[in-house]
Amino acid sequence: MLNITHISKTFNPGTVNEKKAITDLSLHLAPGDFVTIIGSNGAGKSTLFNAVCGDFLTDQGSIVLNGQDITFMPAFKRAKHIGRLFQDPMRGSAPGMTIEENLALAAGSGGWFSHMSQKDKKRFRDRLALLDMGLEDRMRQPVGLLSGGQRQALTLLMATMNPPWLLLLDEHTAALDPGTAEKVLKLTRDIVAEHHITTMMVTHNMKQALELGNRTLMMAEGNVVLDVSGKERAGMTVDDLLRRFKAGTGKDLDNDRILLSE
Amino acid sequence: MDLSALLTVGQTALELGLICSLTVLALFLSYSMLNVCDLSTDGCFTLGAAVGAVVAAAGHPLLSIPAAMLAGVCSGLVTALLQTKFGINSLLSGIIVNTGLYSVNIAVMAGSAQINLNKADTVFTMVKDLLAGTPLAGQSTTVVAAVAVILTVAFLTLFLNTRLGLAIRATGNNPDMVRSSSINPVFTTIVGLCVANAFTGLSGCLMAQSQKMAEINIGGGMVTIALASLLIGSTLMGRGGIFTRAVGMVVGAFIFRLVYAVALRLDVLPAFMLKLISSVIVALAIALPYLKEQWPTVSRRLSYKKAAAGRGGN
Repeated sequence: MLNITHISKTFNPGTVNEKKAITDLSLHLAPGDFVTIIGSNGAGKSTLFNAVCGDFLTDQGSIVLNGQDITFMPAFKRAKHIGRLFQDPMRGSAPGMTIEENLALAAGSGGWFSHMSQKDKKRFRDRLALLDMGLEDRMRQPVGLLSGGQRQALTLLMATMNPPWLLLLDEHTAALDPGTAEKVLKLTRDIVAEHHITTMMVTHNMKQALELGNRTLMMAEGNVVLDVSGKERAGMTVDDLLRRFKAGTGKDLDNDRILLSE
Repeated sequence: MDLSALLTVGQTALELGLICSLTVLALFLSYSMLNVCDLSTDGCFTLGAAVGAVVAAAGHPLLSIPAAMLAGVCSGLVTALLQTKFGINSLLSGIIVNTGLYSVNIAVMAGSAQINLNKADTVFTMVKDLLAGTPLAGQSTTVVAAVAVILTVAFLTLFLNTRLGLAIRATGNNPDMVRSSSINPVFTTIVGLCVANAFTGLSGCLMAQSQKMAEINIGGGMVTIALASLLIGSTLMGRGGIFTRAVGMVVGAFIFRLVYAVALRLDVLPAFMLKLISSVIVALAIALPYLKEQWPTVSRRLSYKKAAAGRGGN
């Protein structure tokens, strides 16, 4: 589904602020893979997502998504097939527009001059009801009135309205309170399973990283240092993971958020 | 002021309000929806006036309307390209285009600073002839302007609810979201500014023809006057759907003109105060919410100082 071959990215090359964000990274994702990613601060997790989404062009290497070479494709074209959620719940929806308008924008059915049909509204209503947040009765209210958790759930719905080839979740529950985070996570799991969406999820919760999905990556200094799946991953504990990380990089994992969470 | 004088004042305010509300609706699209303060509005208004007057003077009053709108689209396209494709700040793009348009407008009027339409057919004289003998005779200015405004409001209501319209609104409402979505903000900004400036051009065209003259300063200060009307309108009818808000723009333009016309009539203010008043309205309307937000901090600081002084401290 996703083939990343030897990509590199250096920011501010040749200056004192030079930062090798990604160094010769290769990664292959099979269709339906649900990959969790953990790593130190500045390991390149978000940069990897940015590279896949086309926020910048890589210095070297190629990215192929579902057989299509997207290495030089502009971000807005890639976004048709890549759904993306950020940590900030405010980033994914337009607060001044109503819930149904946001969904219509995400659904993107019909041409530029098409209007929202009754059928569309019915579909939005059914999807919203799945969230179990009462949003289906507030479809004409501006999104700005929703709580962070509700907005993140809505964003998830928007990103998967037309199931994307690839779903990228960048700590999308980190800014939510524990109860809401749990709920959004369950929704994520359900929606991904329902549509068999190939997914990558960055998390700072090691336990979660091992529980969710079928594969776990650890990143450090712009590359993948540990890639476990299948049987090897099934019996793994958080301690095993930390030990393997140290063995792989020669360093302790220095992510304050990881260490502070259980 | 007797009743007939009052009616005349109301009539003038209605005519001017309707014609200018087209510019307010243009800013509703660019400023309220796309979140771009289009400072080329003054020049674009004059461009519409000049192009419309030239075409009407050449004997094609009906053609003057699409011509002025097309001229507005071109002006909007340049402003949009400067800010999306050439990395020029959006305010600066507007100012650059506005300055350039001054020369363009004089060139359009064949090197002169004004065009007289006293002897030419205009859309207003045409409608006046059509309405002769009907109850609406003598109301041609209001009728033409009202039809233009109704069509524009209807168009905007439909347009801003299409997928393209939603994309334009999202571009202004949450650029972060749009940057990581399949909407191309360059495209939506270009379309939005082109459509908005078409209405600014139309507004200028109708203004020139209604006063039977286009001159180089006809659009001077129009952006501030229109913003004042827009802010009045959104204070009164800023909530609700696109239709309600668009109608609010027209109401805002009318109220602004009415208050101003009454003040003028009662000799409260000389005519040259129009621009100062619109500046003050715009400044106040934008500053008040900000000051309101700051007030708790200020009042806490004041009471803190007072208490400190009371304790004999410094």
